[in-house]
Amino acid sequence: MTTKTMITDATTAEIWEEHDIAGNQSLGFWLYLMSDLVLFGAIFATYAVLGHNYAGGPTGRELFNLPMVFAETLLLLVSSATFGLVMIYMHQGKRDWVLGWMAVTFLLGLGFVVMEVHEFHTLISEGNGPDRSAFLSAFFTLVGTHGAHVASGLIWMAVMFVQVIGKGFTLPVQSRLMRLSMFWHFLDIVWVAVFTIVYLMSFV
Amino acid sequence: MSHSSIDRTGPSRGTFTSYGIGFVLSILLTAIAFWITMNGTASRAVILTTIFAAAIAQILVHLHYFLHLDRSSAASWNVLALIFTFLIMVLFVGGTLWIMHSLDYRMM
Repeated sequence: MTTKTMITDATTAEIWEEHDIAGNQSLGFWLYLMSDLVLFGAIFATYAVLGHNYAGGPTGRELFNLPMVFAETLLLLVSSATFGLVMIYMHQGKRDWVLGWMAVTFLLGLGFVVMEVHEFHTLISEGNGPDRSAFLSAFFTLVGTHGAHVASGLIWMAVMFVQVIGKGFTLPVQSRLMRLSMFWHFLDIVWVAVFTIVYLMSFV
Repeated sequence: MSHSSIDRTGPSRGTFTSYGIGFVLSILLTAIAFWITMNGTASRAVILTTIFAAAIAQILVHLHYFLHLDRSSAASWNVLALIFTFLIMVLFVGGTLWIMHSLDYRMM
Protein backbone atom coordinates (compact mmCIF):
# COMPACT_ATOMS: atom_id res chain seq x y z
CA MET A 1 0.00 0.00 0.00
CA THR A 2 1.51 3.33 -0.97
CA THR A 3 1.23 6.46 1.12
CA LYS A 4 -0.90 7.99 -1.59
CA THR A 5 -3.83 5.66 -1.03
CA MET A 6 -3.60 6.14 2.73
CA ILE A 7 -4.53 9.79 2.51
CA THR A 8 -8.16 10.04 3.50
CA ASP A 9 -10.43 13.03 3.12
CA ALA A 10 -9.72 14.14 6.67
CA THR A 11 -5.96 14.18 6.15
CA THR A 12 -6.40 15.96 2.84
CA ALA A 13 -8.04 18.79 4.75
CA GLU A 14 -5.16 18.77 7.25
CA ILE A 15 -2.58 18.90 4.48
CA TRP A 16 -4.41 21.80 2.87
CA GLU A 17 -4.47 23.66 6.14
CA GLU A 18 -0.89 22.91 7.13
CA HIS A 19 0.60 24.03 3.85
CA ASP A 20 -1.93 26.81 3.24
CA ILE A 21 -2.43 25.46 -0.26
CA ALA A 22 -5.41 27.72 -0.94
CA GLY A 23 -3.32 30.73 0.13
CA ASN A 24 -0.44 29.75 -2.17
CA GLN A 25 -2.83 29.14 -5.05
CA SER A 26 -4.45 32.53 -4.62
CA LEU A 27 -1.04 34.26 -4.45
CA GLY A 28 0.03 32.43 -7.62
CA PHE A 29 -3.20 33.44 -9.32
CA TRP A 30 -2.69 37.02 -8.17
CA LEU A 31 0.74 37.01 -9.86
CA TYR A 32 -0.95 35.80 -13.06
CA LEU A 33 -3.45 38.67 -12.76
CA MET A 34 -0.55 41.11 -12.41
CA SER A 35 1.06 39.77 -15.60
CA ASP A 36 -2.35 40.12 -17.27
CA LEU A 37 -2.38 43.72 -16.07
CA VAL A 38 0.95 44.27 -17.86
CA LEU A 39 -0.67 42.85 -21.03
CA PHE A 40 -3.54 45.32 -20.67
CA GLY A 41 -1.01 48.08 -19.96
CA ALA A 42 0.67 47.37 -23.30
CA ILE A 43 -2.67 47.46 -25.14
CA PHE A 44 -3.67 50.69 -23.36
CA ALA A 45 -0.33 52.22 -24.41
CA THR A 46 -1.04 51.17 -28.01
CA TYR A 47 -4.50 52.73 -27.80
CA ALA A 48 -3.10 55.94 -26.31
CA VAL A 49 -0.64 56.24 -29.22
CA LEU A 50 -3.04 55.28 -32.04
CA GLY A 51 -6.35 56.52 -30.59
CA HIS A 52 -6.39 59.75 -32.63
CA ASN A 53 -5.30 58.32 -35.99
CA TYR A 54 -8.74 58.24 -37.64
CA ALA A 55 -7.47 57.96 -41.27
CA GLY A 56 -10.37 60.16 -42.36
CA GLY A 57 -12.80 57.74 -40.74
CA PRO A 58 -15.25 58.25 -37.88
CA THR A 59 -14.13 59.35 -34.42
CA GLY A 60 -15.18 57.78 -31.15
CA ARG A 61 -17.65 60.60 -30.57
CA GLU A 62 -19.53 59.63 -33.76
CA LEU A 63 -19.48 55.89 -33.01
CA PHE A 64 -19.97 55.39 -29.28
CA ASN A 65 -23.28 55.38 -27.46
CA LEU A 66 -22.64 56.45 -23.85
CA PRO A 67 -25.98 55.29 -22.36
CA MET A 68 -25.24 51.79 -23.75
CA VAL A 69 -21.73 51.88 -22.24
CA PHE A 70 -23.22 53.00 -18.92
CA ALA A 71 -25.61 50.01 -19.05
CA GLU A 72 -22.66 47.65 -19.79
CA THR A 73 -20.77 49.16 -16.84
CA LEU A 74 -23.74 48.61 -14.51
CA LEU A 75 -24.05 44.97 -15.64
CA LEU A 76 -20.39 44.32 -14.79
CA LEU A 77 -20.56 46.26 -11.53
CA VAL A 78 -23.68 44.48 -10.27
CA SER A 79 -22.15 41.13 -11.29
CA SER A 80 -19.07 41.94 -9.19
CA ALA A 81 -21.32 42.56 -6.18
CA THR A 82 -23.35 39.38 -6.77
CA PHE A 83 -20.12 37.35 -6.97
CA GLY A 84 -19.29 38.87 -3.59
CA LEU A 85 -22.52 37.26 -2.32
CA VAL A 86 -21.38 33.94 -3.84
CA MET A 87 -18.20 34.12 -1.72
CA ILE A 88 -20.14 34.99 1.45
CA TYR A 89 -22.62 32.10 1.00
CA MET A 90 -19.76 29.74 0.09
CA HIS A 91 -18.22 30.37 3.53
CA GLN A 92 -21.59 29.65 5.13
CA GLY A 93 -21.80 26.42 3.12
CA LYS A 94 -25.17 27.35 1.59
CA ARG A 95 -25.06 25.52 -1.73
CA ASP A 96 -28.38 26.70 -3.17
CA TRP A 97 -27.63 30.36 -2.44
CA VAL A 98 -24.18 29.99 -4.04
CA LEU A 99 -25.68 28.40 -7.15
CA GLY A 100 -28.46 31.01 -7.30
CA TRP A 101 -26.20 34.06 -7.04
CA MET A 102 -23.67 32.47 -9.38
CA ALA A 103 -26.51 32.06 -11.92
CA VAL A 104 -27.36 35.78 -11.51
CA THR A 105 -23.66 36.69 -11.93
CA PHE A 106 -23.44 34.49 -15.02
CA LEU A 107 -26.51 36.12 -16.64
CA LEU A 108 -25.21 39.64 -15.89
CA GLY A 109 -21.81 38.74 -17.39
CA LEU A 110 -23.53 37.15 -20.38
CA GLY A 111 -25.59 40.34 -20.82
CA PHE A 112 -22.34 42.34 -20.90
CA VAL A 113 -20.79 40.07 -23.54
CA VAL A 114 -23.99 40.14 -25.66
CA MET A 115 -24.07 43.98 -25.55
CA GLU A 116 -20.40 44.12 -26.56
CA VAL A 117 -20.84 41.63 -29.42
CA HIS A 118 -23.84 43.68 -30.57
CA GLU A 119 -21.73 46.87 -30.50
CA PHE A 120 -18.93 45.18 -32.48
CA HIS A 121 -21.41 43.74 -34.97
CA THR A 122 -23.04 47.15 -35.54
CA LEU A 123 -19.63 48.83 -36.04
CA ILE A 124 -18.36 46.18 -38.47
CA SER A 125 -21.60 46.02 -40.50
CA GLU A 126 -21.45 49.82 -40.94
CA GLY A 127 -17.93 49.50 -42.38
CA ASN A 128 -16.20 50.65 -39.20
CA GLY A 129 -14.38 47.39 -38.43
CA PRO A 130 -10.80 47.10 -37.14
CA ASP A 131 -9.50 47.55 -40.71
CA ARG A 132 -11.00 51.07 -41.02
CA SER A 133 -8.37 53.07 -39.12
CA ALA A 134 -5.55 52.72 -36.58
CA PHE A 135 -7.96 54.09 -33.96
CA LEU A 136 -10.48 51.32 -34.67
CA SER A 137 -7.74 48.63 -34.76
CA ALA A 138 -6.59 49.73 -31.31
CA PHE A 139 -10.21 49.99 -30.08
CA PHE A 140 -11.15 46.46 -31.19
CA THR A 141 -7.92 45.03 -29.76
CA LEU A 142 -8.37 46.65 -26.34
CA VAL A 143 -12.12 46.19 -25.86
CA GLY A 144 -12.04 42.76 -27.56
CA THR A 145 -9.26 41.51 -25.26
CA HIS A 146 -11.28 42.57 -22.22
CA GLY A 147 -14.42 40.95 -23.68
CA ALA A 148 -12.52 37.71 -24.34
CA HIS A 149 -11.46 37.69 -20.68
CA VAL A 150 -15.09 38.12 -19.56
CA ALA A 151 -16.16 35.29 -21.89
CA SER A 152 -13.42 33.05 -20.39
CA GLY A 153 -14.70 33.95 -16.94
CA LEU A 154 -18.19 32.80 -18.00
CA ILE A 155 -16.82 29.43 -19.18
CA TRP A 156 -14.95 29.08 -15.88
CA MET A 157 -18.17 29.92 -14.01
CA ALA A 158 -20.08 27.26 -15.96
CA VAL A 159 -17.42 24.70 -14.97
CA MET A 160 -17.74 25.76 -11.33
CA PHE A 161 -21.52 25.19 -11.50
CA VAL A 162 -20.86 21.57 -12.44
CA GLN A 163 -18.17 21.20 -9.75
CA VAL A 164 -20.27 22.71 -6.93
CA ILE A 165 -23.19 20.44 -7.85
CA GLY A 166 -21.03 17.34 -8.40
CA LYS A 167 -18.31 17.67 -5.74
CA GLY A 168 -19.86 20.06 -3.21
CA PHE A 169 -17.72 22.55 -1.30
CA THR A 170 -14.49 20.56 -1.13
CA LEU A 171 -11.41 22.63 -0.33
CA PRO A 172 -10.16 22.61 -3.96
CA VAL A 173 -13.61 23.74 -5.18
CA GLN A 174 -13.67 26.57 -2.63
CA SER A 175 -10.16 27.60 -3.64
CA ARG A 176 -11.20 27.68 -7.32
CA LEU A 177 -14.28 29.77 -6.53
CA MET A 178 -12.07 32.22 -4.65
CA ARG A 179 -9.71 32.56 -7.60
CA LEU A 180 -12.66 33.02 -9.96
CA SER A 181 -13.87 35.84 -7.73
CA MET A 182 -10.42 37.47 -7.94
CA PHE A 183 -10.53 37.13 -11.75
CA TRP A 184 -14.04 38.61 -11.92
CA HIS A 185 -13.25 41.64 -9.70
CA PHE A 186 -10.02 42.16 -11.66
CA LEU A 187 -11.95 42.36 -14.95
CA ASP A 188 -14.21 44.98 -13.39
CA ILE A 189 -11.14 47.07 -12.49
CA VAL A 190 -9.81 46.83 -16.06
CA TRP A 191 -13.25 47.88 -17.35
CA VAL A 192 -13.11 51.05 -15.20
CA ALA A 193 -9.95 52.02 -17.11
CA VAL A 194 -11.57 51.02 -20.44
CA PHE A 195 -14.74 53.08 -20.06
CA THR A 196 -12.75 56.09 -18.79
CA ILE A 197 -9.95 56.09 -21.36
CA VAL A 198 -11.77 54.72 -24.42
CA TYR A 199 -15.41 55.81 -24.12
CA LEU A 200 -15.55 58.88 -21.85
CA MET A 201 -12.34 60.44 -23.24
CA SER A 202 -13.82 60.32 -26.76
CA PHE A 203 -16.46 62.81 -25.66
CA VAL A 204 -14.14 65.24 -23.87
CA MET B 1 -22.26 17.43 8.26
CA SER B 2 -19.63 19.96 9.19
CA HIS B 3 -18.52 22.47 6.64
CA SER B 4 -14.78 23.01 6.49
CA SER B 5 -13.84 26.30 4.99
CA ILE B 6 -10.64 27.63 3.48
CA ASP B 7 -8.83 30.48 5.20
CA ARG B 8 -10.64 33.73 4.81
CA THR B 9 -7.91 35.58 2.98
CA GLY B 10 -8.06 37.98 0.05
CA PRO B 11 -11.42 38.21 -1.72
CA SER B 12 -12.96 35.64 0.61
CA ARG B 13 -12.79 38.01 3.57
CA GLY B 14 -15.80 39.96 2.30
CA THR B 15 -18.89 40.69 4.34
CA PHE B 16 -22.31 42.01 3.31
CA THR B 17 -21.20 45.42 4.61
CA SER B 18 -17.90 45.54 2.71
CA TYR B 19 -19.48 44.48 -0.58
CA GLY B 20 -22.42 46.87 0.02
CA ILE B 21 -20.17 49.89 0.67
CA GLY B 22 -17.95 49.02 -2.31
CA PHE B 23 -20.95 48.58 -4.59
CA VAL B 24 -22.65 51.88 -3.62
CA LEU B 25 -19.37 53.84 -3.92
CA SER B 26 -18.65 52.26 -7.35
CA ILE B 27 -22.13 53.13 -8.65
CA LEU B 28 -21.75 56.73 -7.39
CA LEU B 29 -18.28 57.19 -8.94
CA THR B 30 -19.43 55.67 -12.25
CA ALA B 31 -22.54 57.87 -12.31
CA ILE B 32 -20.48 61.02 -11.59
CA ALA B 33 -18.03 60.23 -14.42
CA PHE B 34 -20.77 59.50 -16.99
CA TRP B 35 -22.96 62.41 -15.87
CA ILE B 36 -20.26 65.10 -16.12
CA THR B 37 -19.22 63.79 -19.57
CA MET B 38 -22.74 63.48 -21.02
CA ASN B 39 -23.79 66.82 -19.53
CA GLY B 40 -20.78 68.41 -21.24
CA THR B 41 -21.26 71.91 -19.81
CA ALA B 42 -18.10 71.86 -17.66
CA SER B 43 -14.76 72.89 -19.15
CA ARG B 44 -12.52 70.24 -20.74
CA ALA B 45 -9.99 70.42 -17.91
CA VAL B 46 -12.68 69.98 -15.25
CA ILE B 47 -14.23 66.99 -17.05
CA LEU B 48 -10.84 65.30 -17.59
CA THR B 49 -9.80 65.82 -13.97
CA THR B 50 -13.15 64.55 -12.68
CA ILE B 51 -13.30 61.36 -14.77
CA PHE B 52 -9.67 60.44 -13.98
CA ALA B 53 -10.14 61.17 -10.26
CA ALA B 54 -13.36 59.08 -10.30
CA ALA B 55 -11.58 56.21 -12.13
CA ILE B 56 -8.62 56.16 -9.71
CA ALA B 57 -10.98 56.37 -6.73
CA GLN B 58 -13.10 53.55 -8.13
CA ILE B 59 -10.06 51.31 -8.73
CA LEU B 60 -9.01 51.87 -5.10
CA VAL B 61 -12.59 51.12 -3.94
CA HIS B 62 -12.55 47.83 -5.91
CA LEU B 63 -9.12 46.84 -4.54
CA HIS B 64 -10.18 47.61 -0.97
CA TYR B 65 -13.80 46.48 -0.75
CA PHE B 66 -13.92 43.71 -3.39
CA LEU B 67 -10.39 42.27 -3.41
CA HIS B 68 -9.71 43.24 0.25
CA LEU B 69 -6.17 44.43 -0.29
CA ASP B 70 -4.84 46.14 2.78
CA ARG B 71 -1.70 46.17 4.89
CA SER B 72 -2.48 42.96 6.75
CA SER B 73 0.34 40.41 6.56
CA ALA B 74 -1.72 37.96 4.46
CA ALA B 75 -2.17 40.57 1.75
CA SER B 76 1.35 42.02 1.86
CA TRP B 77 2.78 39.87 -0.97
CA ASN B 78 -0.21 40.75 -3.12
CA VAL B 79 0.28 44.46 -2.43
CA LEU B 80 4.02 44.19 -3.16
CA ALA B 81 3.30 42.47 -6.49
CA LEU B 82 0.70 45.11 -7.34
CA ILE B 83 3.10 47.98 -6.59
CA PHE B 84 5.80 46.34 -8.72
CA THR B 85 3.29 45.89 -11.56
CA PHE B 86 2.34 49.57 -11.33
CA LEU B 87 6.04 50.46 -11.61
CA ILE B 88 6.33 48.30 -14.75
CA MET B 89 3.16 49.84 -16.20
CA VAL B 90 4.30 53.40 -15.55
CA LEU B 91 7.59 52.64 -17.35
CA PHE B 92 5.72 50.81 -20.10
CA VAL B 93 2.85 53.20 -20.79
CA GLY B 94 4.66 56.42 -19.87
CA GLY B 95 7.78 55.42 -21.84
CA THR B 96 5.73 54.48 -24.91
CA LEU B 97 3.82 57.77 -24.90
CA TRP B 98 7.02 59.79 -24.35
CA ILE B 99 8.88 58.11 -27.22
CA MET B 100 5.97 58.19 -29.66
CA HIS B 101 5.05 61.82 -28.98
CA SER B 102 8.69 62.85 -29.27
CA LEU B 103 8.92 60.97 -32.57
CA ASP B 104 5.70 62.57 -33.80
CA TYR B 105 6.98 66.03 -32.84
CA ARG B 106 10.36 65.56 -34.57
CA MET B 107 8.83 64.28 -37.79
CA MET B 108 6.45 67.20 -38.21
